Amino acid sequence: MAPRTIIDKIWDAHVIAIREDGDCLLWVDRHLVHEGSHHGFAQVRQRGAGVARPDLTFGTADHYVPTRPSIAVDPDSARMIRQLTENCAEHGVACFGHGHARQGIAHVAAPELGLTLPGLLMVCGDSHTSTHGALGAYAFGIGASEVAHVLMTQTIWQSRPKRIRITVEGVLGAGVTAKDMALAIIAKLGTGYAAGCAIEYAGSAVRGLSVEGRLTLCNLSIESGSRLGLVAPDETTFAYLRGRPYAPQGADFDRAVEDWRQLATDADAAFDREIAIDAREIAPTVTWGVSPEQAAQVGGLVPDPADVSDPTKAQAWRDALSYMGLTAGMPIRDIRVDRVFIGSCTNSRIEDLRDAAAVLRGRRSLVPGLVSPGSAGVKRQAEAEGLDAIFLAAGLEWGGPGCSMCVGMNGDLVGAGERCASTTNRNFKGRQGKDARTHLMSPAMAAAAAVRGHLCDVRELMAEGQS
Amino acid sequence: MIALTTIEASACPLGLEHVDTDQLIPARFMQTPRAKGYGGFLLHDLRRDASGALRPDLAVNDPRYGGAQIMIGRANFGCGSSREAAVYVLADAGYRCVLAPSFGDIFSSNAVKNGVLPARVGAADIEALLADPVVLAGGAIRVDLAAQTISVGNKSIPFEVRADWKKQLLNGWDDVDLTQSYAQDIAAFAARDKAQRPWATPRAG
Ligand code: SF4
Repeated sequence: MAPRTIIDKIWDAHVIAIREDGDCLLWVDRHLVHEGSHHGFAQVRQRGAGVARPDLTFGTADHYVPTRPSIAVDPDSARMIRQLTENCAEHGVACFGHGHARQGIAHVAAPELGLTLPGLLMVCGDSHTSTHGALGAYAFGIGASEVAHVLMTQTIWQSRPKRIRITVEGVLGAGVTAKDMALAIIAKLGTGYAAGCAIEYAGSAVRGLSVEGRLTLCNLSIESGSRLGLVAPDETTFAYLRGRPYAPQGADFDRAVEDWRQLATDADAAFDREIAIDAREIAPTVTWGVSPEQAAQVGGLVPDPADVSDPTKAQAWRDALSYMGLTAGMPIRDIRVDRVFIGSCTNSRIEDLRDAAAVLRGRRSLVPGLVSPGSAGVKRQAEAEGLDAIFLAAGLEWGGPGCSMCVGMNGDLVGAGERCASTTNRNFKGRQGKDARTHLMSPAMAAAAAVRGHLCDVRELMAEGQS
Repeated sequence: MIALTTIEASACPLGLEHVDTDQLIPARFMQTPRAKGYGGFLLHDLRRDASGALRPDLAVNDPRYGGAQIMIGRANFGCGSSREAAVYVLADAGYRCVLAPSFGDIFSSNAVKNGVLPARVGAADIEALLADPVVLAGGAIRVDLAAQTISVGNKSIPFEVRADWKKQLLNGWDDVDLTQSYAQDIAAFAARDKAQRPWATPRAG
């Protein structure tokens, strides 16, 4: 057989039928549903149909769950959460509802529970489903009509994507994380470079990332316009998955690992596009604008629209600066923040919380802030390690698991005009609240911004901590 | 789904770049059952200024485009989240077509599933449309899906759309009906796959 990429191998293993126009009907191994899937369930009901494979469907409450004890649950959010539990119960789907020991953001909880596995095809009515690619799954977000389609048939129609390989070679410096890698890639290539494509992340710097880091990297794939991003499974992946509740156990696990090893891209397989990035060029990165591509190294200056020749782009930059309340040419580290948010499916895993806690240990935050663990499991682990005490001692709020202030659907909002150092993935206008200003960065960088009250290079604080 | 062949209507020259799905419909409206109609949420926050008043400088607020069925945007229209509600707001507000040089991937596939045509038009042609006197006056333009052309006055502008989406829209096909005709293939695949990839079935947990 001709050499194939991991993308092609997983695709080929899932093709049920090919339509004359080339689109394929693919088998879906896992379907994750959340409160927002109510449109999909409503369509199923409208057709008088049922869920084809409840055993492959899993529900978790994330977008609307309250994450701050200080904020009362509003009745609409409570209804959304209840609706998910009821829809799942009606169709025999396992559901990790509010308060459940396994509840969490779908993209945090599923990998942690071993629901995400190499070689699986996974979908969820949420664009950041690309996160699951970190374990070598072919995972992508779908819309509500597709949610209904998958519920009813356990299949999905897709066109074969173009394949891109991004190879990051080298070693990331101290204080430089997967988040910086992801932001640096988007800043360099733009939000549209991978439109509709599938990305394989490769190279020694990617292999050097923990599974948590890979989840962050793949999470942000969607911000490049791509359908999905993945990392070939390796020993790091297998070690992470061994013993997870829904993963195969014992001899079954070993047999699975044998299969998973075959997934890696063959030596001579061709991609539609190859991109090489040098890990040494990546530094702590933050966004200054209203699109993830509007990002720069923290040591730099807020860019000047006068320096871009493309008039549309210059206009977009001017517009971004005006929304963000920034002046072209000002040092990024002079940007003062009003609050911090550490959480979301991008950066709310145990390793992220450890990174933030390492910076905050023995220090005080100058601004209010919220730390929201990505799942009930992460919360338990963090509390067992005493991380909650570090956050609380620093003056931050220790919240519950959910999407929280990433999108503010549960009422955890950034105020109008307020500036937030945030570990999330979208800095769109109004994303964290009407007229809220979002700067995306890594958990360590958000913690550093909390301590200093302005954006700053976490490496300075690390040096201080050592002296 | 209703078939879409031609649209003859005024076009709203929105002309914005990177209109993400958070702008198309702010997240807080998405709990609303679809039956209540989503049209009123279209670009809800963008349309309003700080005091909550409708901004007169935005084409969606201009009465000349009140009956528009065609939206004209710039690059990367519908980028961002997978929320299909970003299409519901357009569809429920009467839009059947969006013209832009490029689209968010999930947005365009969601659009087709709701009978809304995401037509890719060259960037220079988009600029011409946004400056066209007929368009600006709120006059009717014509989108012909079979011919893949947009007619404005006596100008004709080509557009691109994926062949399968074109067919689906022209015929008003529904994916679920189509898939159900493959029921036997699906069952055979599932049986074969269970033997080949036993690890793919989740453990009882
Ligand atoms: S944490 Fe944010 S990006 Fe992730 S699923 Fe929730 S709302 Fe979406």
